[in-house]
Amino acid sequence: MTDITATPMLPKRVRFDSEEMVARVKRRYRSERLFKSLGGAALLLTAVFVVTVLLDIIYKGLPAFTQHHLVLDVPVRADVIDPKGTKNPEDLRSADYFALMRDALATAVPGIEGRVEKKRLNGILSSGAGNELRDRVLADPSIIGTTVKVPLLLSDDSDIYLKGKQTRVTEIPARGTAVPSATKGEITITSSGTEFADDVAVLKKAIVNRIAELKSRLTIVETRDPQAAEATSLKDEIAALEAHSSQPASAETLDSKMPSLLVAINGGLVKLSSISDSSATGTALLPLQSTNEAAPGKWSVVTYDKPESNRKTGDLEAAVLEKLRADGKVENKFNTIFFTHGDSRDAELAGILGSLVGSVLMLIVTIALALPFGVLAAVYLEEFAPKNKFTNLIEININNLAAVPSIVFGLLGLAVFLNFFGLPRSAPLVGGLVLALLVLPTIIIAARASMRAVPPSIKEAALGVGASHQQAIFHHVLPLATPGIMTGTIIGMAHALGETAPLLMIGMLAFIVDVPQGFTDPATALPAQIYIWSDLPEQAFEAKTAAAIMVLLGVLLLMNGLAIWLRSKFERRW
Amino acid sequence: METLKVDMTAAKRLEAERIAPVTSAGLPAKVVARDVNVYYGEKHALKSVNVDIPDRGVTAFIGPSGCGKSTFLRCINRMNDTISICRVTGKITIDNQDIYDPSLDVVQLRARVGMVFQKPNPFPKSIFDNVAYGPRIHGLAKSRTDLEEIVTASLEKAGLWNEVKDRLNDSGTGLSGGQQQRLCIARAIAVNPDVILMDEPCSALDPIATAKVETLIDELRGNYCIIIVTHSMQQAARVSQRTAFFHLGTLVEEGPTEKIFSAPSDPRTQDYITGRTG
Ligand SMILES: Nc1ncnc2c1ncn2[C@@H]1O[C@H](COP(=O)(O)OP(=O)(O)O)[C@@H](O)[C@H]1O
Ligand SMILES: [Mg+2]
Repeated sequence: MTDITATPMLPKRVRFDSEEMVARVKRRYRSERLFKSLGGAALLLTAVFVVTVLLDIIYKGLPAFTQHHLVLDVPVRADVIDPKGTKNPEDLRSADYFALMRDALATAVPGIEGRVEKKRLNGILSSGAGNELRDRVLADPSIIGTTVKVPLLLSDDSDIYLKGKQTRVTEIPARGTAVPSATKGEITITSSGTEFADDVAVLKKAIVNRIAELKSRLTIVETRDPQAAEATSLKDEIAALEAHSSQPASAETLDSKMPSLLVAINGGLVKLSSISDSSATGTALLPLQSTNEAAPGKWSVVTYDKPESNRKTGDLEAAVLEKLRADGKVENKFNTIFFTHGDSRDAELAGILGSLVGSVLMLIVTIALALPFGVLAAVYLEEFAPKNKFTNLIEININNLAAVPSIVFGLLGLAVFLNFFGLPRSAPLVGGLVLALLVLPTIIIAARASMRAVPPSIKEAALGVGASHQQAIFHHVLPLATPGIMTGTIIGMAHALGETAPLLMIGMLAFIVDVPQGFTDPATALPAQIYIWSDLPEQAFEAKTAAAIMVLLGVLLLMNGLAIWLRSKFERRW
Repeated sequence: METLKVDMTAAKRLEAERIAPVTSAGLPAKVVARDVNVYYGEKHALKSVNVDIPDRGVTAFIGPSGCGKSTFLRCINRMNDTISICRVTGKITIDNQDIYDPSLDVVQLRARVGMVFQKPNPFPKSIFDNVAYGPRIHGLAKSRTDLEEIVTASLEKAGLWNEVKDRLNDSGTGLSGGQQQRLCIARAIAVNPDVILMDEPCSALDPIATAKVETLIDELRGNYCIIIVTHSMQQAARVSQRTAFFHLGTLVEEGPTEKIFSAPSDPRTQDYITGRTG
């Protein structure tokens, strides 16, 4: 210690109250706070996204779980469904039940005349409206000849209309006294009040707006080319509109591009085609009972906000449905068809059972192959395989396989299972084989990781009392790794359940009506069904798509629940 | 050697062993090592070890950390086989039988040579299953009653019976550290080995649990050849009859414990036991 300069200098003793120290602590606190709030914000954002998606799906999908029916008294006429009187099930099965439904509907909504109108009336029913009655007759042929109360399935558009998804309906009681000119056909309604003045004003305003719009368009066209043909036609149109609006008490015509105006009077419904302040002309959609004068409050003006041309349900259908609803004949029931039927071109007859069964069959094949193969491969690689270049290569390949795009597995399935082995197309067996290949690496990796997580002391203990290597693995390491393997497997299965791309190549993205009965029947899978429905133009399939997503998520939730249950069960044993 | 005699049930044998006369002197060597070298890859961990370990009694291996005590211990039940880079040369015999003879089944060897590890490592199973595992895989019990007898006898021998007899179905991992270690000893005893290897069995235990395990070792020495690795010279002095001192991969000297501690012949031993190296 003679050479003091050579002694390394120790740092100055820390003083906690020094300015520098206080600032340092503050800085640290600030950065901790920042980190915390960033983490919280990230979590919040994720939660918002997840909740938004879920709520959106639920909001869209929930209506698909119910379906509107008409509940009518239907006479089961023997002359229609069993003219020979044999009660032979084959004949009964193929009989025309829809005819009975047609008649029952005509009784419930009397006074619809004309071929087109009748056709439109029947159009509110699903083509499968007679199925319920058919099933009942087949179950109990003795009801032939009696009158039974049966639910009639409504068409998808009627169902959506009744769920209020097509147009808002407002009904304003009238203030004046009205007299209709006839009970059916062309009817003029004259009111002592000015019931239609507001609507006329709206229409006049619309015309003024339209004129302004046309004029600005005309200026643009004329600056470009004063002689253009369009300019002339625009001028003509403007002139016609101006001439029309200059007449003070003119009647305004309504068309299908405007909200529909109707008058409910004397038990009937008149669709208006032209209105002036206190009178209106139109055709009867539902016939009136009389031409009696209607007192104020006894009749009303009905508006369907959405123009007829913009909705699937026309005014006639809407009027019929509203009447049936008012008569208490419409019932909104749980949609059992959705859970008991395969796919269909008619939205109201389409169900997910086919794809659900397809998915389940596929997953059975997948787990039956992937789990034993995956676990055995993992055990071998982890415990028994010699460490050499070859096993190294296999390991690297397994890890890389987990990252191979799933469509590649589909191509492989197409080339190997379909083309080479000649297995049937669209079969759950092939789907399961392909998905097993897909999830095999996941399971192997998970199994190896969870085996590695078992403390080596357990294996040593087993070896120490004279267990063979294999016994040590199968008696101790593997059971301890089971929860982890299980989790990995469930994750793999969930992955497989949601996979669509490989199914594309082996023909499982297909329109299949029948519920598959075995592993080689044509089938589709839940995600494929979702994709198919999401592609269809009918509005009802939008709800079905969301509902199918809910079912898929439900199945996933169920699988996770199962995994948790199995895990706790396994853990309790030790 | 007929430890796994078939005409006697394991329980009866345990009983017979317990009352067998204890002869502390004049017994032939049980474990004999000749020119044993161990390599971990390039590393020469154990250099030409020669030792005769007598039957019935406790032999302690002492020496500074990393000198190869555990390595040698693990040679005796061939636990080193599980380390792929480990290579053993030379000859080790138990009862004149070469344990590295290729015709010898290593699983049977380990049934004869039990091991207790540094950290208590009961299986995450019930106390009963922990002890019953060895007899089960070796088929030592003909019936459930047999098995129960073996488990009871082993737990009694390990001095654990009174503490766990009411909760044999509880998990072995739920016991205290000292109880776990005695459970591991019971588990080793249950297959009725000749030799019990203990690698620092008390290093993870508190003094009271240590004292219990030491008492147990002392009780067991009449029936087994016990080899114990220890860091504590007091422990070696307390429990062992013979002591072997290892240093940097060589066996420096071996002899009666009193002699090693009172009059070591090698200066390295002298330095170690007086605390000058460690
Ligand atoms: N599995 C192994 N791989 C490589 N070297 C090892 C291994 N086990 C022990 N060694 C080395 O062998 C030497 C002896 O170790 P060990 O027998 O555990 O010593 P100790 O006397 O402390 O029990 C040490 O230098 C150690 O680094
Ligand atoms: Mg050691």
